[in-house]
Amino acid sequence: MIITRQKNFENIVDLVGKGPVFIAGCSECATLCHTGGEEDVLAMKSALEKKNIEVSGWIVLDPACHLNNDKRLLKSHGKKIEKSKSILVLACGNGVQTVGEIFNDKSVISGTDTLFLGEITRVNKFDRRCNLCGDCQLNIFGPLCPISRCPKSMLNGPCGGAKEGKCEINSNFDCVWIQIYEYLKFCGKLHLLKEIQAPKNWSCSLEMRREL
Amino acid sequence: MDFISNLEKVLSEGSFALTAEIGPPKGSDPNKIIKKAEILKGYADAFNITDNQTAVVRMSSIAGCSILLNMGMEPIMQLTCRDRNRIALQSEVLGASALGIRNILFLTGDHQSLGNHPDSKGVFDIDSLQLIQIVKKMRNDGVFQNGEVIPYGKPNIFIGAAANPFADPLGLRVERLSKKIAAGADFIQTQSVYNFDRFIEWIDEVRSNGLDKKVHILAGVTPLKSSKMAYRMKFHVPGVDIPDKAYERIINAKDPKKEGYLLALETLQKLKKIKGIHGVHITALFWEDIIPSLVKESKIHKIPSL
Repeated sequence: MIITRQKNFENIVDLVGKGPVFIAGCSECATLCHTGGEEDVLAMKSALEKKNIEVSGWIVLDPACHLNNDKRLLKSHGKKIEKSKSILVLACGNGVQTVGEIFNDKSVISGTDTLFLGEITRVNKFDRRCNLCGDCQLNIFGPLCPISRCPKSMLNGPCGGAKEGKCEINSNFDCVWIQIYEYLKFCGKLHLLKEIQAPKNWSCSLEMRREL
Repeated sequence: MDFISNLEKVLSEGSFALTAEIGPPKGSDPNKIIKKAEILKGYADAFNITDNQTAVVRMSSIAGCSILLNMGMEPIMQLTCRDRNRIALQSEVLGASALGIRNILFLTGDHQSLGNHPDSKGVFDIDSLQLIQIVKKMRNDGVFQNGEVIPYGKPNIFIGAAANPFADPLGLRVERLSKKIAAGADFIQTQSVYNFDRFIEWIDEVRSNGLDKKVHILAGVTPLKSSKMAYRMKFHVPGVDIPDKAYERIINAKDPKKEGYLLALETLQKLKKIKGIHGVHITALFWEDIIPSLVKESKIHKIPSL
């Protein structure tokens, strides 16, 4: 899932100006992240109105990253959008751009920061799980990704900085290399750590399009 | 026999080697490095010049090494994967070799978020192990990482790597050393030793695997200059392991600076007696001028110039 965080509210207020503004959320990732679901869209609406900013209307797109769905769903809001100065999108960076493709004459504002591809570990807790590198490494050591979960993306870890299972850059983060070590030890596959992993082919992360 | 560097010669002949670290200045003034170097000249076999250590911007390692070469001192360049991709790293190795730099210590590097430009983007295209393997192939086989032949001169480098006997998971530390040797490390400089129990456990395992015969190991020593430094090293520097006993000895001392000196002196003398240790590496952070008296008083090393 794409993990997002709402931008600072004052920052959004500055970008929206006096309005009117139309708000678009997303039914999928942003709903689960509580950044762009119906509740969040309505909360944003009332917060903006409290600042005397006119909100012309709102919608929760299903999902925001689907160009043709967006076009269809937004059609019925045409008049409200027409009178708006801007559209505030509460979805991931992809959702913002898809809405932007439809309304190239409007100011399309991102109300969130897109952080990473991750899992919902428990309600309201999200952990990074993938950097979309295009060359999946999960078949080497098992289901623990060193590219996304090691801040140095080491393929021959761990570095010398981990302490009591935690990462040197933040003692709240588990060191994925220690997790890999424990996992391989449990599976009786520690020999895998003897092999030197070759430099990674990062060019796979440059894919710009995939067509079926 | 031809040796790549003086450091290789000293180690290969079985002498107890001594290397010392010189931190380049936060600025372009060469005199800062020249002054430190003048104090240390003759007291070590080779001198490490750090590469933006702890991710704080300083004069580049290659420039510092060039200054040392001009002074007739042998440098050990340090090169981290944090700030450069494989193109820049290989280029730096060629450049270093062209300047006459013969020793390089290859590191993955402290993460940029711990330094003074935490907003920067780290590179980490490859890790230190991969870099060591690449440089070995450049030197021995004359090929770049992509397999292309190096047409105008292979780099001639004595390859160094770091080892931390104190980091988690302990069960993997010797395995990692072995992996660095397999990648191509010729010499090892360890994390600073304060925890002797752990260090001896590690070196015993190193010896029983025969690794001390395959690589030259220099044990790290960092004198603690003050209680404040002891506190910072114990609690805030990644990878450092100062046991409570050593820590309390410094912070409870009447004169912590003197106690720190004595602790370093004892450490050097103890390390020299450990089988499998081929030398020591002194990192006297912001206290480089203490090195000459440490070397003289500990009598661990012949001082060629005296």
